Parts: sequence; structure tokens; C-alpha cells
Amino acid sequence: MRKISLSKLDALFAEIAAAYALYLPVDTKAGAKFERWEAGKTLSDALNTVRSAKDFFFPQTENLMDFKMEGKNIEVIDTRSETEDFAVFGVRACDVKSFEVLDRVFLSEPADTYYQNRREHGVILSLACTKPVETCFCGTFGIDAASPEGDVVCHKTEDALYLDAKTEKGQKLMAELENITEEADAAAVDAQKELIHERMAKLPLANLSADAFGDGKTSEFFDAPEWSELSQSCLGCGTCTFVCPTCQCYDIKDFNTGHGVKRFRCWDSCMYSEFTKMSAGQPRLTQMERFRQRFMHKLVYYPTNNDGLFSCVGCGRCVAKCPIQMNIVKVMKKLGGRKHD
Amino acid sequence: MQVKEYKPLIVAFCCNWCSYAGADLAGNNRLNYPAEVKIIRVPCSCRVNPMFILRAFQRGADGVILCGCHPGDCHYTSGNYYTRRRMALLFSMLDYLGIERERTRVEWVSAAEGAKFAATMNDFAEKVASLGENKRLEDLRCKK
Amino acid sequence: MQEINCEVLVSKAAELLEKGTVDRVLGWKAGEFDYDITPAVFHSEQELKDGFVWNDFCGANFSKYLIKETGKSENKVLVFLKPCDTYSFNQLLTEHRFDREKVYAVGVPCSGMLDIGKVKQSAEGIAAVREEGGEVVVDTLYDGSISLKREALLPDRCANCKSKKHVAYDELLGEEGEAVSSARFDEVEKLERMTPDERFAFWQGELSRCIRCNACRDVCPACTCEKCVFDNPNSGVENKAAANSFEEKMFHVIRAFHVAGRCTDCGECSRVCPQHIPLHLLNRKFIKDIDSFYGEYQAGAEVGSRAPIVDYKTDDLEPGEAVGGGENA
Repeated sequence: MRKISLSKLDALFAEIAAAYALYLPVDTKAGAKFERWEAGKTLSDALNTVRSAKDFFFPQTENLMDFKMEGKNIEVIDTRSETEDFAVFGVRACDVKSFEVLDRVFLSEPADTYYQNRREHGVILSLACTKPVETCFCGTFGIDAASPEGDVVCHKTEDALYLDAKTEKGQKLMAELENITEEADAAAVDAQKELIHERMAKLPLANLSADAFGDGKTSEFFDAPEWSELSQSCLGCGTCTFVCPTCQCYDIKDFNTGHGVKRFRCWDSCMYSEFTKMSAGQPRLTQMERFRQRFMHKLVYYPTNNDGLFSCVGCGRCVAKCPIQMNIVKVMKKLGGRKHD
Repeated sequence: MQVKEYKPLIVAFCCNWCSYAGADLAGNNRLNYPAEVKIIRVPCSCRVNPMFILRAFQRGADGVILCGCHPGDCHYTSGNYYTRRRMALLFSMLDYLGIERERTRVEWVSAAEGAKFAATMNDFAEKVASLGENKRLEDLRCKK
Repeated sequence: MQEINCEVLVSKAAELLEKGTVDRVLGWKAGEFDYDITPAVFHSEQELKDGFVWNDFCGANFSKYLIKETGKSENKVLVFLKPCDTYSFNQLLTEHRFDREKVYAVGVPCSGMLDIGKVKQSAEGIAAVREEGGEVVVDTLYDGSISLKREALLPDRCANCKSKKHVAYDELLGEEGEAVSSARFDEVEKLERMTPDERFAFWQGELSRCIRCNACRDVCPACTCEKCVFDNPNSGVENKAAANSFEEKMFHVIRAFHVAGRCTDCGECSRVCPQHIPLHLLNRKFIKDIDSFYGEYQAGAEVGSRAPIVDYKTDDLEPGEAVGGGENA
């Protein structure tokens, strides 16, 4: 484990930025946001960014390929360019876990090469959460906010930043920082972990349990009468899905430029009426069905297909941002506490 | 090497009953107006909804002009009165977003006003040319 | 703090359920915290006692829900409306979007709702929010209790409230208020006074944050099309995610334009925006222009009024003369 004084944080960022495109959370008037670091930008103190870190690997829109038409010939153009190595600093435990959820979707065969490419070029410097807030419930899904995963795990104490490389990629990055960091023992980090655990235990959602859900529970919850009440005021907007670090549905569309076609991929939302439209129309005609799909996917379908791993990481973004304040916590409490027939 | 002179692309929505006939008359009278003015015939100026204007800019127009019958002369009695209100509000909104006011215009041109049509187009093209390319309402994907 | 307390609303609702005037109640339901309140339908006094809440975070405008709710049953539904909600209520009636006979509307005075986003700017980790001696006290998880001025926590729509008057109700709790003069166009005028370059930079910055979640549209009581043009694959403009700044601008201009003359300025669009884009400034620009070009008009002030955009005068000003104020406009 290495450490660096907080007063030298700028020097650390400069050092990383010399070898990687460095992104970190900075404060904006609309909350914290990942931005490319340059001299003068300072790390946000906010607990988390408004948008999740999934954007780095799975951007909201991306051009997949172009078609150019000349006469009767169609030329297919691969628009990809070499991805630069980049480092993302300050990713929280929940968001780091979300990468595993996304990996299982995009990297299983046949792998999504667009995603894979960015994943290979990205180094994650995670940061433990010293002040989790009331909307946090990562513990529900077995995530430890005090010990995030990631290539380099960081802990920020009162006076220093501790960095611990956990992977080969992380070691490679740390090698670049050999000169400006110093060797450190784990005492301060251990003390902080203990404090975080104490704080996590006191959070209002600390006792939320996902035990009722998971692998193979489809028939138990699919026809639950509670869905109609839970979904009755849902507006059908896509806020929850777009701020969610694990929502991974997308649509592929063609944009007619007037002189060719740009094929692009963009996020889609199961909350939308046009989601997964097929020749026979949409499979889910009511907002209740769309609403149910989202939560069943997070709590039942995904774990069923992925060794019990939930596709919610408890970041609390949807809890904070839903216009009508209906969210996965309320769904879990309502359904998880229901009597079994 | 000679630098190619910048010619703005103008989209002109013309109502079928007055302005399109006005354009026709301009042609018959051999009156000149820029070849970069692309006319789109519409049944009435009020057929043009705000999306048409924005989409023209998206597809590369540098200026968009909407021509219809003079107020009071609408073939459908009142279509151009609605156009007048809609476009007044839309243009004011575009201005509010910081988009150059001179890129949009409404002009009333009757079927007898071939000369006015040509003069309007010449004047509009000149104004738009002085602004240069449309950058603020462009869609980069549509650039060649 | 609200003028009328929650118990009064609950007993009013219980009374109307008991009398059979209504068979369900559209109201605000308490959540996990003091501020996460969900619109819900209550069917009994017990349900009301268990979950109904009326506090400083009951911002949701129920008018739009009436379209769906009145379609469910022949019986009347009770709805609680704040003054600004009643304008939307009237506007929807003007557009024949629901059956007035199926609604029993109870007006509730409103002292302004708090913006949880502003609370969170001053206090991270909220355990409780309460009111003490005219100040809002936030109990935080790590920094103890923080006292904040109520005025500083109001969203723009409440800080610049246009009316305390209920323009529609069957019954009113408390005293009848009045339309008030507000500074709601000040921000619009400030923008108008900027140079076009500054305005462009301002909107580019604001709109670039848009994630196209469509919450502004979906919550808007004036956006009630069965099929929105932006959801229609045949419209040529359907897009689930804005690919570039053009699409962001197009979406927001068209969204605001489609409700121009019908927007009551309820401010729900800005309340729900997850990216804090001041969307009401687009709507207010249209309202201000309509007022100055065609005479003062408040959508929803009365049922049946004709929106200025579907009306005309033979001597209306020309689009070229329509300069929306400010020397740089």
C-alpha cells in the first residue's frame, strides 16, 4: 500500500494524467460529474456523481458504423478509432460493482467489442465512502462501501490518500506513481474501514434485505397483486434507468444523414412505450408490465441467469431522482414483506 | 488556388396559392435569385410546423424563409394568421436560445409579386451569407 | 410549514369517503424519508391514516393523474389541489381531457413546497427534515442539526409563486387566496438582456446536461398526447437518447412550443428534471412573449378560454417585429 499527502493531490493527478486520460468527479451547479482532469480541477467532495460511471464503458449514444451510398454501391465504414488508455478516479464501491453486472452482459460470448475495447483500456481507481447517505443501500447486495473493488483501491483520510493496487492494470498505474507516493501501513485504512462499517450499520436502509428475491423466484413475484399499486403513479419516464449504473438495455437505430446512414446505439428504457418494439407491437402494453419488468429484471431475472448476482448495486440514484419517488427500495419492502401463499 | 465562394443554403417554404406562384412568375420573368434557394411547396404557410424549420437547419440549411399569402388573402381564409403567431413565437424563442435572428424570416408574397419574390430571396440570401455558416443549429452528422 | 395540517385533510377525506361522495382519494403517500412522497390512491380511512401525508414536500401536481383515474370508475374521486394545480385542472378541462363530474376537488392552501435538491446542497445525509420557529431544521447523519432559511429552500416556481388563488374546487380548506404579483419573468428578462453569444452559451451549457429521460414531458399536465411525436417511430424525430446538441435543442424547443399557450407555469418540468435544467425558463419565455405580443393570458385561469396560439387578430404583429424584449434581443 502506498500513500500521498492530500496537499499533493494535484501532483498525483498530474502524474496519472501524464500517462492516462484521467477522469474524476468534479462539482458542477447540477451536482458532481465525471470530467476530464486538467490543472485547476479539484476532486468533488460529494458522495457520488449524478450520472453513474457506466458512461465510460457504455455511453448514452455511440456511433457503431456508417454506410455511404454512391449509386448502387453501399460502403460500410468502421468508425472506430484507437481508444486511449484512461483512468477513472473516485469510483464508489456500488459503481465498481456495476461493472461486473455489465461485464456479464457485454463480455459473454459473443462479446460486445465496443464495450470490451473501452473496458480493456480503462483503469478504475475506486474510492471508499466515508460518508454514505440515507439513500445508500449497497450493503443489501453484499457490497462493502469500505472496501470497494477496482484496479487501485483508494481511501481518503483526513490528511492522506492511500492507494492499493489490486490488479495487474492497477500495478502498472502505481508503478508510474512510484516517485511521488510513499510506502504506508494499513493502520489508518483499517481504522477508516471500521468507522465506515459503523456508519453503514446506522443508515436508515441498513436493514433492507434482498433475501426474498433472487434466482428462480419468477413465479413467486410475477403475478403479485402489489405491482398494480406500486406502479400506479409511475410516469413512464426513463429517469431511473438512465441514472442507473447497471441498466444496460439499448436500441440500435439508423440515422439518415441525407447522404448516408449513421448506425448508432443509444440507451433505451424498459419504462418507455416503444421499448423492444417488434413487428407485432410491444410485448408490454401497460405501464404496470413495464414497471414490473424493470424490478423483476434487477431482482429476479438477472440473478436467475447470473449465479444469483443481483443487478442492483444500491447506489440510491433512482431513490434520489425518481420524479414520483417510487423506487426499488419501496418495491422490495412491499414485495419482500408479503406473505407467501 | 481559388477559394470557393461561400453560398448559403436557403430553404424557402412557399404556400401553393400565392408564394409558389410568385416564384413561378419570377422565373417566367427571368428574374434572378440565388440557385441555393431550395423551394419546398406547402399547401398553406400554416402547414409548416416548428419542426420543419428546425429540421431544415438540421439538414444543413443556413437560413429558412417561410412565404405565404398576404394576411387577409389566405386561400383557406385564416391559415397565414396562425402562421404569423406561431412563427413570431418560434423565432423569438430561437433568438432566446442565441440563434441568429437573421437566419429566419417570414415574408408575404402574392402570386403577382414575382419581383418581390426575387428581391426577397436576394436580400435574405445576402443577410444569411453575411452571418456565415449555420453553426448553432447544425447537426454534425449531416455534414458532408 | 403548511397552513393546514395533515389531520384536517385526512378527516376531510375520511368524511367524504364515509358519506359516499367519493370512493377513493388521490393524495400524497409517505415514503422512507420525510421527503420522498409518492402520489397514491387511498380507498379507506385506515389507508389514509397509515400513509397519507401533507407536508412541505407534496409538490406533485395531481391534475394529470385525473385523466387516468377518472377513466377507471364511474364513481367520483377526491383530489387535493394546491392553487397552482387548479390552473392545470382547468386547462385539462378546457381540453376535455377528463370528466369534471367524476371529480370532487378540494382546494388546499399552499405556502410553497421545498426543493429537496436545495436542501441536499446544504446538508448531505438527511435523517429528518422538520420545521422549528419558522426555520427548516435538517437533522443530518454526520453534521448534527442544520437550520436553514425556508425562503432559501423554495424552488423557483414557489419563490415566484404567481397565484395563491384556487381557480377550481368543489370545496376549499382555509381562506381563499389571491393571484399575486411575482418576479417570475425576471430570469427570462435577464437572459433577454444578454448578448446572443451569452444566451447561446447559457443554453448550450444547460441543455447539454439533458439525458432525454423525458420526465419533463411525462410529468407535464399540458403534455397529454396519446402518442408523443418523440415516441413515434414514424415521425422521423423519434429518439430515445439525444445524439448531439442539435437534438437536445430541438427536443426542448418543440416540447415547450407544443405547450405554448396551454402551459400554466406550474413548474413541474423543472421540479422533476434529474439534471436541474431550468426548463421553466423556456416555458416562461413563451408565456412572456404571448403576454406582450397578444395581451395578458393565463392558461387555466378559466375553463374554455381560447389559447392565443389557436387564435389570431388581423393586425397581429409580424414575426420580424416580434422582438421579445431586451436591447440585445
